[in-house]
Amino acid sequence: MKRNWMAYPYFFWMLLFTIVPLLMVLYFSFTASVNGDGRFSFANFQRVLDPLYLNVIWRSVRLAFISTVICLVLGYPVAMLLAQSQASRQFTLIVLFVIPMWMNFLARTYAWMTLLERNGLINTFLGWFGLGPYNLLHTEFAVVLGMIYNFLPFMVLPIYTVLNKMDPALTEASYDLGATPIRTFFRVTLPLSLPGVLSGISMVFMPAVTTFVIPQLLGGGQFTMIGNLIEQQFLRSNDWGFGSALSIILMLLILLSMRIMSHYDRDRGEGGGFF
Amino acid sequence: MAEEIIRLVNIAKEFHGVQVLDHINLQIFRNEFVTLLGPSGCGKTTTLRIIGGFESPSSGDLLFEGERINEVPSFKRRVNTVFQNYALFPHLNVFENIAFGLRISKLNNKQIARKVTEALELVNLRGYEKRGIHSLSGGQQQRVAIARAVVNEPEVLLLDEPLAALDLKLRKEMQIELKNIQKRLGITFIFVTHDQEEALTMSDTIVVMKDGRIQQIGQPIDIYNEPKNMFVADFIGASTILPGRFIQDFHVFFADRAFDCVDKGFAPQEEVDVVIRPEDVKLVAPEDGMLQGVVTSVVFKGVHYEMLVESGDIVWKVHSTLMEPVGSNVGMVILPNDIHVMKKVAS
Repeated sequence: MKRNWMAYPYFFWMLLFTIVPLLMVLYFSFTASVNGDGRFSFANFQRVLDPLYLNVIWRSVRLAFISTVICLVLGYPVAMLLAQSQASRQFTLIVLFVIPMWMNFLARTYAWMTLLERNGLINTFLGWFGLGPYNLLHTEFAVVLGMIYNFLPFMVLPIYTVLNKMDPALTEASYDLGATPIRTFFRVTLPLSLPGVLSGISMVFMPAVTTFVIPQLLGGGQFTMIGNLIEQQFLRSNDWGFGSALSIILMLLILLSMRIMSHYDRDRGEGGGFF
Repeated sequence: MAEEIIRLVNIAKEFHGVQVLDHINLQIFRNEFVTLLGPSGCGKTTTLRIIGGFESPSSGDLLFEGERINEVPSFKRRVNTVFQNYALFPHLNVFENIAFGLRISKLNNKQIARKVTEALELVNLRGYEKRGIHSLSGGQQQRVAIARAVVNEPEVLLLDEPLAALDLKLRKEMQIELKNIQKRLGITFIFVTHDQEEALTMSDTIVVMKDGRIQQIGQPIDIYNEPKNMFVADFIGASTILPGRFIQDFHVFFADRAFDCVDKGFAPQEEVDVVIRPEDVKLVAPEDGMLQGVVTSVVFKGVHYEMLVESGDIVWKVHSTLMEPVGSNVGMVILPNDIHVMKKVAS
């Protein structure tokens, strides 16, 4: 407690680079420029209600949701496998799993472009069997694929952490009381791993709903998501007010989803809960 | 005659090339309270886990009511386990923990509620239904674990050092209570412990194990009074164990003189171990003793004094309610009945 001055640099950092920018975003979002003068206005938020933009928001939520669900379905069994394998092998498996994350995010995503291209690796391979070529790149499929590829580890690791800490005697106790392995999974393993599942969901959903690089590269700009929209306002249209309003909407969206999650996460002391 | 419920035939178990169980043969009867006793690493817990279905033996047969159940998975066996650290489900309350097995057997809610209440009564925890597991003390968690197992009316209850985590007083209480529960339910208990006193207090039959082998099977009183070898004698209670030589039936030589004894059947001149329990050495005046010695230490143990008496190059452990001061010369008398002659074990 006496050493709390050591945290001051961080507080200062937070103030300068988190609180102040947030207030600025808030200010811009409620300001409309009239003849060069800033005035308080709801205009930016009214603009968001345009079906064109609502559609973008809806697409962002939908694609992020699909990616999250697929990540969960793919990631949970992997996390279980990791947690159940021997300690010596666990390390190797985790490293193998994490290695792609050491590579640059952009490089990884560009790699998928060459894979999915019309004369790319996948279509060439399918061609050997007389299939295709298919339009894989610049589709929703490609966007979702890119999100899953990039964010899957964020689903696996928190679930793995919770499962790994779980007392194996609990599964044995469930078998002992007559529960089959499937029943044991739904009655014991899954409920006890829920904190990991919830933090996995938030760690995938949040970057997925805000991403703008993946839809840009793999979607070819045809599947604008809210992240792209915000980027456009700030970097191209120079409409900071509207960009800020969209950012606020996005933040509210994330806060809302976190709120829903923490509702399910209540009364659970253990695990990697986020809030 | 008692009816057999479980039999282990030549059960062996290897973990990564280490022989944990070395061809165990054991017969367990209905309504019996059997204790597997031994130091850690002796294979007692592995034996229990094989019976419970959590480990499979490398070789040998496990019979339940005469049928081989080696391949039967644990969730199909009619045994239930009280785990060492209880393994209660932290996401369920007391009621749901106990009801876990009942919900699987598809009873209706009314039956479940009745059985859970009965089980809670059995372990003296009525009114704790809605409590969370983490709000319970160690002793209460222990009781919930017992209730959760017995509510399923198993034919055999396996208990893996269930009292190890409790303090001494609570442990003594639970020993008596467990024994009562076993009598009331009339089912077989297989209890694992490393505490010899616990084993002596509770069991009908004690199985003493060491290094994956059974050393002796018997009633507590036989194990205590007639230990088969030096290891059992040493493990079951602090004794003086001496090398000796069998002279002929009813005569044995140790501590530089011949003694009368009640043992027979050893070969003349056979090297043997002789066990003398500390409470069987009687202190008398030096001139009346079979052996003479000097008291070198006295420790008060509550009911009795524990004294060490040096005689020649042997240190005798003696328990007596009368204290002889350190440095005094004493005589020692050992009656033929109290001399236990045992086959020498290569250790």
